[in-house]
Order: sequence, then C-alpha cells, then structure tokens
Amino acid sequence: MPIQYYIILAAALFCIGVTGVLIRRNAIIIFMCVELMLNSVNLLLVAFSKMHYAISSANNKGTAAITTGTDAQLFVFFIMVVAAAEVSVGLAIIVMMYRNVHSTDVNFLNRLKN
Amino acid sequence: MNAIIFSAGWGIIMMFCSFLVKNQSSYRHIAAVGLLVLLAANIFDTYGVDFFHIDSGKMLAYTRFGFVFNSIAIASTLIYVLLTGRDIERLGRYTAEFFTLVFFVLCGVCLLSAYNNLLMLFLGIEILTIPLYILTGSDKRNLKSNEAALKYFLMGSFSTGLMLMGIALMYGGTGTFLLESSRLQSNLYHGISFLEIVGLLFLLASMCFKVSAAPFHFWTPDVYDGAPSVVTSFMATIVKVAGFIAFLKLCTVRMSVTSTAIDWKLIFSIIIILTLLFGNITAIFQQSVKRMLAYSSISQAGFMLFALFSMNEYASKGLLMYSVAYCLATIGLFAVLVKMKDVTFEGYNGLAKTQPVLAATNAIFLFSLAGIPLTAGFLAKYYMLASIIKTGTYTWVVVAGVLFAAISVYYYFRVIQAMYFKNGEPQMESFGRSFKLGLVVLAAIIIIVGAFPQALFNWLYF
Repeated sequence: MPIQYYIILAAALFCIGVTGVLIRRNAIIIFMCVELMLNSVNLLLVAFSKMHYAISSANNKGTAAITTGTDAQLFVFFIMVVAAAEVSVGLAIIVMMYRNVHSTDVNFLNRLKN
Repeated sequence: MNAIIFSAGWGIIMMFCSFLVKNQSSYRHIAAVGLLVLLAANIFDTYGVDFFHIDSGKMLAYTRFGFVFNSIAIASTLIYVLLTGRDIERLGRYTAEFFTLVFFVLCGVCLLSAYNNLLMLFLGIEILTIPLYILTGSDKRNLKSNEAALKYFLMGSFSTGLMLMGIALMYGGTGTFLLESSRLQSNLYHGISFLEIVGLLFLLASMCFKVSAAPFHFWTPDVYDGAPSVVTSFMATIVKVAGFIAFLKLCTVRMSVTSTAIDWKLIFSIIIILTLLFGNITAIFQQSVKRMLAYSSISQAGFMLFALFSMNEYASKGLLMYSVAYCLATIGLFAVLVKMKDVTFEGYNGLAKTQPVLAATNAIFLFSLAGIPLTAGFLAKYYMLASIIKTGTYTWVVVAGVLFAAISVYYYFRVIQAMYFKNGEPQMESFGRSFKLGLVVLAAIIIIVGAFPQALFNWLYF
C-alpha cells in the first residue's frame, strides 16, 4: 500500500483530535482527543519506519540493514509508556476536580479569570 | 550521566523516606542533602569523573555548557528548598512526595541539557512536566489549585501531541531522530524536505507552549496564579529555563540547517515582539503581586527568546547569565511572597518599616529583574541585546526590547514603592533568622555575579 494512504489517515486522525480538543467542553472527552492525537502519531511513525526501510533496501539493491527504521518503532513504545503515565496523572486530576465541583465541564474553569 | 542517575535515585530514596521516616521536618533536610550530593556528582562529571559508564549510543551528548547549566539548576533548587522548605511542609501531609517530584523534575532538566536525539527531548520534556501537573494540583482542597492543574494538564498534553507530530514528520523527512550529523550520515536525503519544515514548525509551536512564548502563552498566568506559591516559584524559574536550554539546542542544530528554506529569524522576531508586548502590557494592570510575577515571567521569557533569535556565542552565554539572574531573583521574590498573608500590592505597604531586611533584599531582586546595572539581571539583558546586535540584522528588535525593558521597570517599581513609600502593617507568617540570612546571601550572589560575570563564564572553560 502506498505511504500516502497512511500519511493521510494519520493526518485525518490528528486533525480530528485537534478539533476535538478545541471544541469539546468535557474534560474527559478532551483527554480522549489528546490520546487520539498521540495514536495518530504512532501510526505515522510505524508507516515512516517501513518507508525508510523500503527506501534503504531499494537504494542498496535489495539489501538494507535489518535495523533500518527500527528506531521509530521503538519510539512508538516510548509514546505508549508516556501516554500511560499521563493517563494515570490526568485521570487523577479530573477525579480531584470532580470531587470538588461535581462536574467535568471545563466551562467551570473560570475562577482564575479575575 | 551522574546527575541523571543520582536525581532519579534520590527521588526514589525520598519516596521510601515518606514511610520510613516519621518526622515531618526531616524531609527537607534529606532533600537538601540529596541536592548537595547531586551538585557534587554533577561537578565531578564536569571535570570528567563519570561514575557510570553507560553507552547511550549518541542519544545524549554532554557539553560543558550543559554541565554548567545543570549545576545552576541544581544549585537554584537547593536554594529554593532551603528558603521555602518550611512553607512546603505547610502545604499538606505529603512533603516527602513533593520533594520526590522535585527530584524527578531535575532528572528531566538534566536530560534536556544533554539530549542529542528527539526521543530524549520528548522524554525529557515529559519527565519534566508530568510531575509538575501533580505539583500544581498539590493543594487538593483548593479549587483554584485544582483548576490550574486541570488547565495545565490539558494544555500540556495537547502540546505534547503537537510535539510528537512534529517529531514524526521530521523523522519522515530525514530518516533519523538524531539531532546532529543527520544529514551527513545519510546521503539518501539530499536537500531539505517539506516534511522536515512542517515538523519543525510543529515543534516550534509546542516548545513555545512549554516556555510560554507569545501566541501560546495564555495558560501561563492562570496556572501560575492558581498553583500554590511554592510550586509557582519552582515552575516559573528552573523548569522554564530548562525549556529554553532545550529550545536553544534544537534551534542551533536543526533550525540553522534549514534556514535556507524558511526565515526563522523573521518568525522568532515576531514571537519576541508579541511575547514582550503581552507580558509587559498586561503586567501593568495587575493588582496581585503573584499574578504580576506570572506576567513578568512571560516578559522575561521574551528576553530569553533573544538567544534563540541570534544563536551565537553571546546568546549561549547570555542564556546562562539569564538563568542565574532570573532564577535567583524570582525564587527570592516568591520566598517572601509565600510568607505574606495578602499578596496584592497593598499587602506590601510599609514592609520596609517592619521588615527592613526583607524589603531591601526584595528591592535588589526587583532591580535585577528590571535590569538595573550592578545586578546580574542587567548583564543578562545586556548579553541578550548584544547577541542580536552581533548578528547585524533586525536591530529594531533590540530597540523594542529596550523599550519594553523600560516599561517593565514601572510594575517592578510599584512593589518597591509600596514597600518604602506607603504606610501599612503587612501581615506575615512567622519566619526565623536563617530565612533572612538566606535572602541576604541570595541578594549577595546576584550582586557578585552582576559585578564579576567572569566568575560564571570562566566555569565554561576551566
């Protein structure tokens, strides 16, 4: 499958994520949209990893080093780990907020404006 | 490598202390000892004594500049813990965990000063910010603190998403995560690809988020205002300067290579002007000193952006000087601020009569932030402006910088005016003699560095 398909899919997922963060008002949904952004990046990294392997093997007459492009796949694991850490902290913060105001609506976040 | 491993290790030790050591007040002593050990380990590392020989596979590149910056960050944290340790204890029952998170943040700082790979940049930024989300919300019953934590968390994770997209696109364009020697080692990718430019723009936006530069600064005042003052003090100084160190490296390595394809200088000059404008103009209208300091941190970020604009030797020296001047002065101001019961300008009325030492040291810190000669802040601003003049282009940015520095004098001097020329009875928490002594030492450091900058710069070479 051509690389463009992956790039377009990842870009679309990323844009959905960004739009969701910008227009939704529920903290949990905003958070889910952020996760969507991170996962679109994961997809893109894996696609680029395969792409660089293909380019490298094409340039070296079909024999690319086996490690070409593996760094991007490693990066994906790091993103997953960091995203998990962020989830644990983020959900704790949202729960803390919910205990105090009984809502997860970010429109409640206006005490600091004045 | 010493500093990274020691900071993570001591963080874990602090975690165990929270249930092994019952005495609340001993936590800050343990933390101070840990920071001293960390400082010593880092200085050993500066002179080539590395306790751990770990091959990071070119992911981390140690430079003298990075080591000196690590030392400055660790020393500032030590001063911060010594000055505000008692106030941290008043925050709640989880003092040991607070210090644990501070050590983890320092681990992120040490990664950011040495990274040579975009993976390390990402990990450094995340290790730096995730503990900060928790610290911001550490005053659990306070709604403002909750709100600041949630806001900071949502904004921060959004900007992380942008940063990752940028890194992925840059990888697509160049085929490597390494910062240096990327183009040299691969002859596959000639020229500058479109993907790399777009990726760099994404990275630029997310780094602007982290250092609160202009179009992405709007979270800063709310978060700094809502977070407990002891946390703001840490967040606005060491963390912000570490972000700038990372940003400077990214600019000098990657952006200078692509400068033929896109005019980074124009972009940065616009960001600088906007940051200075928003920071200074809104700071004038604030009624609370804490919020004023939050806006002033935006305007100081505008001056630190000068280093990213010019990217020469003056810039790196200036950024080092700026990190000393800005961190120490702001930590000192916040140390006094957390002792005040009323943090508006009126709360400072008549401080000079009741607490002359506090007022005098506070005045020196404010002089330094405003850039009055004989303080470190003056030289820091001088180096920043000189770095742009050295590049020989965009001199109007220098003119704007000087004008905005003049505006900043107004709101800094309002505090001095309140302390010295107005009558009132400031309400304060109790504090000991050692607190005053600490403030005097801090003010002395600022003046000594301002008078003898070579004391700092010689460290870069010897």
